[in-house]
Formats: sequence, structure tokens, C-alpha cells
Amino acid sequence: MIPAAFDYVRATSADEAISLIGEHGEDAKFLAGGHSLLPLMKLRLAQPSVLVDIGRVSDLSYIRDAGDHIAIGALTRHMDVERSPLLAEHVPLLAHAAGHVGDPQVRHRGTLGGTIAHADPASDLPATTLALGATYVAQGPNGTREIAAADFYQGFLESALAADEMLTEIRVPKMGGAGWSFQKFNRRAQDWAIVGVAAWRRNGDSGVALVNMGSTPILASSVSGALAQGASIADAAQLAAAEAEPQSDLNASPEYRVHLAKVLVRRALEQASA
Amino acid sequence: MTDLQDRPAAVLGSRLLRREDPALLTGEAKYTNDLNVPGALHLVVVRSPYAHARITSVDVSAALDVPGVVAAYSGADLATVWAAPMPCAWPVTADMKNPAHYPLAVGKAAYVGDGVACVLATSDTAARDAAELIDVQYEPLEAVVDLEDALSDRVVIHDDLGTNKSYQWDLKIEGEPGQVDAAFAAAAYTVSERYVQQRLIPVAMEPRAVCAVPQPFGGDITMYSSTQVPHILKVMSALTLGIPEHQLRVVCPSVGGGFGSKLNVYAEELLCLALARKHGVPVRWNETRSENHVATIQGRGQIQHIELAADADGKLTAVRVRLLADMGAYLQLVTPGIPLLGAFLYAGVYDLPLAYDFSCTSVFTTLTPTDAYRGAGRPEATYAIERAMDALADTMGIDPMELRQRNFIRKEQFPYTAMTGLVYDSGDHEAAASKAAELADYAGVRARQAAQNVPGAKKVVGIGQASYFEMCGLAPSRVLASLNYSAGGWEAATVRVLPTNKIQVVTGTAPHGQGHETSWSMIVAEKLGVSPDDVDVLHSDTAIAPLGLDTYGSRSLPVGGVAIAMACDKVIDKAKKIAAHQLEADEADLEFAAGTFSVKGTPDRSLPLAAIAFEAFTAHNLPDGMEPNLEAHTTYDPPNFSWPFGTHICTVEVDTETGHVEVLQYVAVDDCGVQVNPLIVEGQVHGGVIQGLAQALFEEAVYDSDGNLKSGTLAEYLVPAASDVPSLTLGHTVTPSPTNQLGVKGIGEAGTIGAAPAVINAIVDALSHLGVRDMPMPASPHTVWNAINAAQHTTNGASK
Repeated sequence: MIPAAFDYVRATSADEAISLIGEHGEDAKFLAGGHSLLPLMKLRLAQPSVLVDIGRVSDLSYIRDAGDHIAIGALTRHMDVERSPLLAEHVPLLAHAAGHVGDPQVRHRGTLGGTIAHADPASDLPATTLALGATYVAQGPNGTREIAAADFYQGFLESALAADEMLTEIRVPKMGGAGWSFQKFNRRAQDWAIVGVAAWRRNGDSGVALVNMGSTPILASSVSGALAQGASIADAAQLAAAEAEPQSDLNASPEYRVHLAKVLVRRALEQASA
Repeated sequence: MTDLQDRPAAVLGSRLLRREDPALLTGEAKYTNDLNVPGALHLVVVRSPYAHARITSVDVSAALDVPGVVAAYSGADLATVWAAPMPCAWPVTADMKNPAHYPLAVGKAAYVGDGVACVLATSDTAARDAAELIDVQYEPLEAVVDLEDALSDRVVIHDDLGTNKSYQWDLKIEGEPGQVDAAFAAAAYTVSERYVQQRLIPVAMEPRAVCAVPQPFGGDITMYSSTQVPHILKVMSALTLGIPEHQLRVVCPSVGGGFGSKLNVYAEELLCLALARKHGVPVRWNETRSENHVATIQGRGQIQHIELAADADGKLTAVRVRLLADMGAYLQLVTPGIPLLGAFLYAGVYDLPLAYDFSCTSVFTTLTPTDAYRGAGRPEATYAIERAMDALADTMGIDPMELRQRNFIRKEQFPYTAMTGLVYDSGDHEAAASKAAELADYAGVRARQAAQNVPGAKKVVGIGQASYFEMCGLAPSRVLASLNYSAGGWEAATVRVLPTNKIQVVTGTAPHGQGHETSWSMIVAEKLGVSPDDVDVLHSDTAIAPLGLDTYGSRSLPVGGVAIAMACDKVIDKAKKIAAHQLEADEADLEFAAGTFSVKGTPDRSLPLAAIAFEAFTAHNLPDGMEPNLEAHTTYDPPNFSWPFGTHICTVEVDTETGHVEVLQYVAVDDCGVQVNPLIVEGQVHGGVIQGLAQALFEEAVYDSDGNLKSGTLAEYLVPAASDVPSLTLGHTVTPSPTNQLGVKGIGEAGTIGAAPAVINAIVDALSHLGVRDMPMPASPHTVWNAINAAQHTTNGASK
């Protein structure tokens, strides 16, 4: 398949990227790893008139200890997230989940910022960072702002980013030894999850988010609420789909997805509590 | 001679690395789309977005305005180009309905993907952009997707036929009239099962590609194509276009897999040929992966009803089969014959009396045509009998392996004349089954199952078996005649000893991944006492290998390979005459071993083949009347099919909460007679098993009620990757075929035939304590979960 015709410009810094995207208007799109955008373009489901390639903005690829959180540059590749000793120590859930994105080719090219900005509810890392209570940093023509992950996802492939804003950093709180689990249920290793669960638990606190259970990544607040009030894991897991609005596709009906979410949340919490 | 001393002790049976692989693995191999053909025009086909629609108008004018576009045509524009409709070579009955089928549809489109117009441009991208501008007006009609609905003729697809039924084909064999009915009436046990063989998309790694190149003078034309069947394609294309056959040459560069999907004559091949002649320049076409899903044939597509009758011991007394087969929108090259390739195998590996009642009804639907896909009719048949045997064992309350043991055709019964009249050349099912049971630790898994599959268990274990016979090595020409197939089943070979004792082999087989160059060189090396490295194998070019019937149906080794061995014998016979002449010995006193003729009892009086080859070339001193050169040709028509067999055993663990199936172990014990190269045999079994396992667990061409393919990309059509399938435990037994001098049988399809029923039997076995009796394919987690819920609902309802 061949995409519709488009123009291509390359940015060498975040500032230049934002200026280029402003210059080219609404139909311009950032190109990072290209593993979400290019397939849509090849199917002509996306037809941007200009691609602003930010793949060589090297100062946005980093993983740093920032005290109470780890700061990750938006252009950090999944493989670097997966293999980061810093993340393994402080946010092992994210490092582990990054190892389940797509296949090795995708993980070497795809970026953490790209998958979050794309806001696909079926992708693993938007839900994972949501469960972890991450904060995203966006840069626009008038400077930077912070957006809580819980406020970021607004609809199917829609985020709180303005057209002339670029995601530059992901700030993930350190997990402080919390138990955790990532459950990805799919038919082939390389596929999107039919249903996925990212969960952590530490004493009365917990975070649980669902992959592919609605038009956005879903924060399963009812589960965390029940656990905080002392509910058993089995009872809390029954509330797994309280915030979800699952869709039907070739792999699953909404009823099956709801069932899977309950089973997987229970398993995730059991693992996180072990 | 040093040449001979360097030769491995035994070439045949050694694990020689494939000589094909370095080029394939380093990207050196050239496929059709890699050919650099200056001045070629690029063809793009405009395809119907409707499953069933009248074409009310086609306006190509906007396409013609695109820079680079040379021409654009509707189906009507090209209607006079064809001397005949597209070929179907297998009119299985005299009254079979076969709708006229042209490379571009005229008047009506009959499936999503049916070609309705085309564009020629100087670049592929220009042609694709222009294709989007061709304005085709349709009047949509109701789609026909369901086979039983098709049979009702509620909506008739091909107006002139007046019905959607293509044919009914019956095979009833009874020792005495009424025996089948009587057997069912008298049976201690009967089962009646319905199975669905879902449609599968073959997904060869290389999509199709064609390039037709007119030669500068005289009207000759060369067609490069990614096909399994250059010889058949040449004959059929010449007839369809009205080109003198001798002016058409078909060449296959490297071909990246076929699995039966390239055993065909396709619209795009005919369009490239016709337009290359019309425009006097090369025309090429390259299939996109999305096109491959709709415009290349699909496999399977059957609803099977099978009934077994058995006596009190479980011995089969009769088998009754009713098939409903999906032809798709049109009959492609061998579409109607595919279900019938299984017609003889619904009694499987069992000793059935003369009580067999088979009937196949075939219908048209508004879907992509079906045709051969790895196993072609035989996996479907084996699935039905092997699933039904498990159902019978369940009904009787005995272990399915025990039931099979009671019914196996015994080793001492071979060669075995089956109730169909076909003779099974050799076999030993007990040996294969017991070896498989040992490798799978059948008793151990049963013990584990008894402990683990308790009420409420979230992980349960199951073990499933499938034993098969495969009718392959297509085929004795007279048998094909009795099935109304329009061609024979022979294969041709030439073996030519060059003056320097290098060997050229010309074969009519057309490899597309099987490793023929390696295997054929090994056969020649063994026969003539040379190194395999000294044997060159020429193939897949009708100018170099003018005679042949190509590669499909696990025929290449038991027919084509045997033909090569026979040609080697002729070479040896002639060489022996020269040796006798030069050694002044009687032919009867000469023996040939390790590439040298010597006088029995006088080993110092000897002459190596290398010397004889040079003598034959110079012709200075040959026996009176002998023609120069050392070369022989054979055309071999096999006296029988070859009958590989085996037992596969699959062990699964099912997560009853999610429906997820994990294959814990997969054991395949296959017997393909003598193995020329065990490495290649194992490769064939690996690929075959994974393809069968893919049908059982992953793959399905899913259509909506409007005839749209929902699994239109590889994101929805789930071809498993290496990470999604188990490592296989392979074993084998060796029961040589008595019908050919090499003792060989085919192995290309065997794995696929055994795998699907073994996997599904294992899943049903794992869930039988929950009341699950059957499992549709593919057994996706959702499907398994649904089946568990339905069974528990039924069980709970029954207990109230």
C-alpha cells in the first residue's frame, strides 16, 4: 500500500519542530518512530499533508532520576525503556510493559512519547503510565505545561495536546517498592492486547489501568477505591470494568472483554500482592 | 578418481544443507518483481468493492489524464481479446455448472476483489493513483455468503446458470445393495457430526507477480510469473489467448512459496500477456498484500456432515459423508476437484468394509474463489474422520487411542485394497501410533489429566491424536482420467552427462521453496557416483524444461524424483555398453559401483564414468550404431499414488477462565518412506504442522453478511509467528513405498493433514469433563470461552 502524497520536513530541535508544525498548520503531523502513524497512512486512514520528522531530535531521548520521579524524554525508544537499569529499579512496571509492545522491530523504532501522543487505547504504555499516575510535559509556542495522565486521554486517538504542541517528557513517579503486574492477553505475541491490565499496589494504595477496554486507556478507579476501603481482591476485581466501555471486534465481544478484564485484574492484583 | 573418494559415504539419507539457502538468506535470489525490465508498463487492476453488483458503467477518462498513464480498460473494452474464458481444468461431472469467467468482469462483479477495470502506466505509482480515478458505477445486489443459503437459490449469482449449485458428485460403495443403511440400522454405536472447515488465506511470503515480455521479432512472448505451474500455465494461457503454444515461454524466477495458491491461471497473468501483445511492450503486475487477501484463491470452505456406524467393539461398519463445498464466485483452475481429492479418505486409516457413502454438493458464493491449499481436500477429510473417531470413542466411553488401535488397517494387510478400489502401497499405523504415544508420554499425560481436570480447575489438560493416510504423489494418469481431470500426472526428466563428467538434470518440477535442487542432486549423486556439487538442476523455464507437470500435491519427489532416478538408469545402461566395448568385456560381466564400471572378479579392469562421458562426447570409439553423447530422457507415469502416513499427538493446557489454549507439546511421527534428505523432510513437517496448527488456533478469512473480508490485513488474519507456536517433537518411521525404485513418498502436505484434528481433539479432550463435545476452528480464546459457557449452560439446564 502506498500513502497519499505528503511533504516532509525534518526538525533538529524541539523548538524547531514546534515552529514547523505551527507553520504547516492543522494537517501537519509529527513523525517520531512512525510505527503507529505510517501504517494508518499506508491504509490512507491518515492523510497528513506534511510530516514533521522529529526522529533526530536527540536531546529528547533520555531517562533521568529526578528525585521523586523518573523523567523520560519523549523520543526514548521502547527498547531503551525496557532495558533501563534506572527504570528497572524505580519503575519496573513500565520497563516490563515496554518489553511487551509489538515486536523487536517496533520496540527499536517506536518511542514512548509517540505511543502516548497517538493515544491508542489498545497500546500498552498509555495505560501503563496512566496506572502509574504519570505526568506528561507538553511544549508549545508559548512554553511548556504539565498534563496529568488522567486528564490527557480525551477520545479515540485524541489527546489533550493542542495541534501546535509536542509531547517532550514523561514523568513517572517512583514506585517505592510497590508490588506490580502487567497482564497482556492476546493471541499472538506481536499483537495489540485484546485486554491488558497494568497494576501496582502498596499497602492501601493502588493503581489499575486497562488496555483496549474503551475509546481511551481506562483508569479502573472503582477497583482502587474498593481496595482502599478494604475489599478483597476478588471483590475489587469484579469492579474492573466499571469505568470501561469496551468495543466489539474479531477477537472479542464486549461481554467477553468485560469478563477478561475481571479475570485479568484479579490476577494482576494477586501478583502485585504476592 | 579423486572425485569419487571425496564423495560422502552415503549421499541419499544425509542431512546435506540446502544449496538454495545462501542466495535466499542473503537476498541474492531474484524474484519476478526484482527483474529489471526497461520500458515495462505497470498494470494495476481496479477491483469491485461489492460482493455482488451489476456494473452499470465504467468511465476511465479521468485516469487517462494522469501523467504517465498509457491506457485504461474496462472488462467490456477487452472482451474481444480472449479466445476462451479463464480455464477450469477439472470438470468433475458432465453436468457441472461453470460460469463464464474473464480476467476483467463484464456486466457483473461477483466478489469483493473481482477485477472490473485496469490501468497501464509508466510507473507503478502513476498506475495506482490513476486506478483510484476510474469511475465504476455499480448497482449493488445481495451478497451470498452462507453455503446453505447459497444452496437455497434465494439469490442466484450467475443469472445464466439459474442456480448456485455447481455440481453433485457421489461415491457409493457397497458390498451388497443397502449395506450402508443396514450397517447404520444394526450399529451398536453411531455418531453424527457436523464440522466447518473455515476459509483460509494461503499468504505465501511472496505475493504474486507477473511480467510479460514480447520478444523483438516473430511474435514470441516470454512470461515471468511467480507460479508453481509454468507448464500448465503455458498451455492454458495459450488456449485462453489464442497464442500458438510454441510462441509462449514461461519462466519462474525464485518463487517465494505457494501452498497451492500459485497452482493456478490468474486473471493478471492473462492481462499482462494480452496487454503486452496489444501494446508491444513489456507489461508487469505486482500484487499488494491487501490484494493477495482477496484476489488470490483461498483454501478450505466446507461444511462436513459425517456419520460413523460401529459394532459393539467399536469396529467401523459404515461411513456416510455429506459435503457442502464453497467454490466461491467462479471456478478457478482446479476448484471443483479439491473436495474430491478428499473423497477417498473419509475412512481414514481404518479397515472399513464395503459400506461407504460419500456425496459432495458444491455451490457458488459471492466470495473469492477457492482452490488448492496445502493438502487440498485431504486435510478436510482427515479432520472429519479423526474428529468423528474421537466422538465415537467418547460415545463408547473408551480411550480414543484404543478405538483407533481396534480399527487400524494392519501392517500385514498391505498392500491394502481399500473399499474405494485404491491400493494403499505400504503402512504400519501401529508402529507410528505407538512411537508417537511414547514420545508424547501418552500414559503420563492421562495420569496428569486425571489429577488436574477436577471440578473448578482453572487450568485443564487434554491430549489429542490424529492418524492419517495421505493420497499424494499426483498421480497415475488413468486415475486422473477417471476423475475427469483434464491432464495427466506424469513427470519428465533428462539427465545429461557433460564431457567433463558434470551432470545436468532437467526436471519438469517447479520448486518454490521445497529444495528440489538439493534433493535432485542427491538422487543423481547416489545413482551415478558423483558429488552432489557436480550436479546442476535446471527447472522452471519452459524453454529449458519443455516437458513437465509442475509442483503440487506432494508429487515432486515420488513422481519427478523417481523420473530422474529412472533417467540415471538409462544413462548407466548406455554407459555400460560403452564400458563393455572399451574393456572388451561382456555387459553381463560388468558391475557399476561408486561411479565406476569394473569386470566382476577383475577389479583392475575398470572404467570410471568420467572416462566414458568423454568417450561419448568425442565419439571416437563407440559401439557400432551407437549415438554420441551420454544423455537420457524419461517420462514417468506413476503406477499408484504414494501413501505417506503417520500419527500426530498434541497436548494442550486450557485456561478455563479465559479460553486461552497453550500447546504444551506437539509430537509428529511421519512416515514418508525412504528419506532423501531428513533435514528437508523435517523442514516440510515443521511448516506443514504449523500451517495445520494455524487453522486449528489462529487463521480464518472472516466475511460479514455483505461479503466484505473483515480479516483483510495481516493484523486481523492471524498468521502465527515463531513466538506463537510450540517447538515440535519429531519422530519418524520408515516404511518404503514398494511402487517406486527409491521407496519414497511425498511429505509436503503431511504435517498440515495431521495437525488440525490433533489440536482440536486435544482441546475437546481437555474440556470434555465440562460437557464440551466439539470446538469450532479456529479455537480462539473467545470461541473456547463461548464453548465452555454453552456446555455449562446445557449441563446446568439438564441437571435442573
